[in-house]
Amino acid sequence: MPGPLLLALRGVSKRFGAVQALADVDLEIHTGEVVALLGDNGAGKSTLVKVIAGVGPADQGVIEWQGHTVQVRRPHDAQSLGIATVYQDLALCENLDVVGNVFLGREVRRLGILDEVEMERRTRDLLKSLSIRIPDVRVPVATLSGGQRQTVAISRSLLGEPRMLLLDEPTASLGVEQTAHVLDLVDRLRDHGLGVLLISHNMGDVKAVADQAAVLRLGHNNGFFDVMTTSQEQIISSITGATSHARRPPRPGEAGL
Amino acid sequence: MTGRALVPGRRHVKGVLDDIRRRLSEGERGALPVALGLIVLWAVFEILNDNFLSPRNLSNLSVDIVGTGLIAVGIVFVLLIGEIDLSVGSVGGLAAAVFAVLNVNQGLPEWLALVMAVLLGSLIGALHGFFFARFGVPAVVVTLAGLLAWNGLTLYLLGQSGTINLDSDGLVAKLTSYYFNDIAVAYSLAALGPAVFFLAAYRDRRRRKAAAMPYRPLHEIVVRTAAIAVVAFAAAYVLNQFQGLPLALLIFVVLVAALDLLLRRTPYGRTVYALGGGVEAARRAGVRVTWVRISVLMVSGTMAALGGLFLASRITSVSQPSGTSILLLNALAAAVIGGTSLFGGHGRTWSALLGILVIQSLSSGMALLSVESALQFMITGGVLLAAVVLDSLARRSPNSRGRT
Ligand SMILES: Nc1ncnc2c1ncn2[C@@H]1O[C@H](COP(=O)(O)OP(=O)(O)OP(=O)(O)O)[C@@H](O)[C@H]1O
Ligand SMILES: [Mg+2]
Repeated sequence: MPGPLLLALRGVSKRFGAVQALADVDLEIHTGEVVALLGDNGAGKSTLVKVIAGVGPADQGVIEWQGHTVQVRRPHDAQSLGIATVYQDLALCENLDVVGNVFLGREVRRLGILDEVEMERRTRDLLKSLSIRIPDVRVPVATLSGGQRQTVAISRSLLGEPRMLLLDEPTASLGVEQTAHVLDLVDRLRDHGLGVLLISHNMGDVKAVADQAAVLRLGHNNGFFDVMTTSQEQIISSITGATSHARRPPRPGEAGL
Repeated sequence: MTGRALVPGRRHVKGVLDDIRRRLSEGERGALPVALGLIVLWAVFEILNDNFLSPRNLSNLSVDIVGTGLIAVGIVFVLLIGEIDLSVGSVGGLAAAVFAVLNVNQGLPEWLALVMAVLLGSLIGALHGFFFARFGVPAVVVTLAGLLAWNGLTLYLLGQSGTINLDSDGLVAKLTSYYFNDIAVAYSLAALGPAVFFLAAYRDRRRRKAAAMPYRPLHEIVVRTAAIAVVAFAAAYVLNQFQGLPLALLIFVVLVAALDLLLRRTPYGRTVYALGGGVEAARRAGVRVTWVRISVLMVSGTMAALGGLFLASRITSVSQPSGTSILLLNALAAAVIGGTSLFGGHGRTWSALLGILVIQSLSSGMALLSVESALQFMITGGVLLAAVVLDSLARRSPNSRGRT
């Protein structure tokens, strides 16, 4: 059962030069809820994630956190709200080792000096609790496989106690077993009361873990669905643009598409 | 399992070999190849001229490396974030000129003039950093402009006289002319280095053991400590055969060690490496990219000014800029030869020390053999090229998908 409203976006727009990547987008995520964000390539999903994560702030629109309007202008703002992000382009530092990447920006220190032993211990514990096998946490991530890097990025996001998780195609380069692990993990995080925004092109994954699905098309909202009660075909046709939905109540001065 | 996951009982030699293999595959050349190269170089020069390894020559070498070496340490910081600072030679020259003008012409006390000259270096670095980090002008271009502008300013400052002689008994002169004649100084410092290394490694080992994590076997720590001790005591012995430990060398080694600590053991240093491994990743992790960039150029400006003062101290005079581009190239070559990558993210301050030893040994040896300077330049150029090729190869090896 989803709990109270955690994050709400109202009328978010963002433009890159001539490209209107997001146009008046709305989105709501409750605690204990997994929302799938769907859309074709270039629909604006990653852009929306970056808006929420403070990496690429919106040009217009409002972000509400637990009912209060907040300013998310920098990654730090999102982090301090408890929003953790796994980016589509993984955003790891190639030359740093696994421990260095997991703790980047949140290093454990003793008297101003990095506490490598403690950071390595916590990294090992974290990887273990997620059933992630990485042979050596002291090798630079440049030497890891794509899937291993993805698991590093996911563990990194779970360090600390996030309230909300943004996952931009987290299973894209994972094998069958690791994908199942990640979906399990998403399930468990929801049970812990986190809000999760999951981007995926895999309808199977979406059906398996998501409660709600929000569809973006060409930067616009194109429908919100209850995953349990909606057929896969219906969602797909809204992704491809065969049907247009604007299920949210239209606001004044605005008509549905 | 490879690398630092060292299990007790593994044969030491194999451990070291694995270590080297791992480093190479990670795009980290490590110090060993350069150190071996240096030994070969010294052996060759000694065979050709048996004055080369004399205590006097080695002691002079150890002071000659300091000026350019300090500048190279600053360059290491800039290379680590994947950028380059072309202005260091000119900034060094300008700092020396400003010191001379303030102290000799204006009569300011030496210490004050010294502090102001060094701060000027930091300020110039901050200025370069500001244009680079805030306006996105590539650092190469900003510092190239700096190279010209600061050379011009130096010319202007020294304009009337051309050359200013420094007080040959003064503070700045003493930087490179003071020696700790008491042999106990060199020996006790030679003992201190390995002792600190051993204690740190031992403590790390104990904590890892307590946390049930892989740790270095004790005999490996002992062997490493012994290797450091041999080098330190050999150096102390040779230096004591001449005039004792040079103050300049002490300052250089202390600064290299302190900045190594800053880079590798503090959160600030971690952000410097992070920038070299992926700016966007660092930004998303909340690293204040602009500030780190500015600070790195400030370090290189400061070290350039300091290096310039040591170079002036060596000849107790300051003259119009002529050798600043050679100085830049030597410092850059030192950093790269020592193992710091031109592509960012890999390197240590110690590489500046090793690299400048190679460069200075080359020029000292060739001077002893009275090789023409034309040939000297070409040989130094060849060594630099070899180092850069090695660097590029390391970064292109199949195992290191680094930034390319
Ligand atoms: N930094 C940028 N500069 C310019 N245009 C951009 C930038 N980032 C995204 N865009 C544009 O914005 C639009 C949306 O891109 P976005 O990455 O959000 O798509 P997406 O839904 O994540 O697609 P995919 O499924 O392929 O990941 C695209 O047209 C893209 O070209
Ligand atoms: Mg995307």
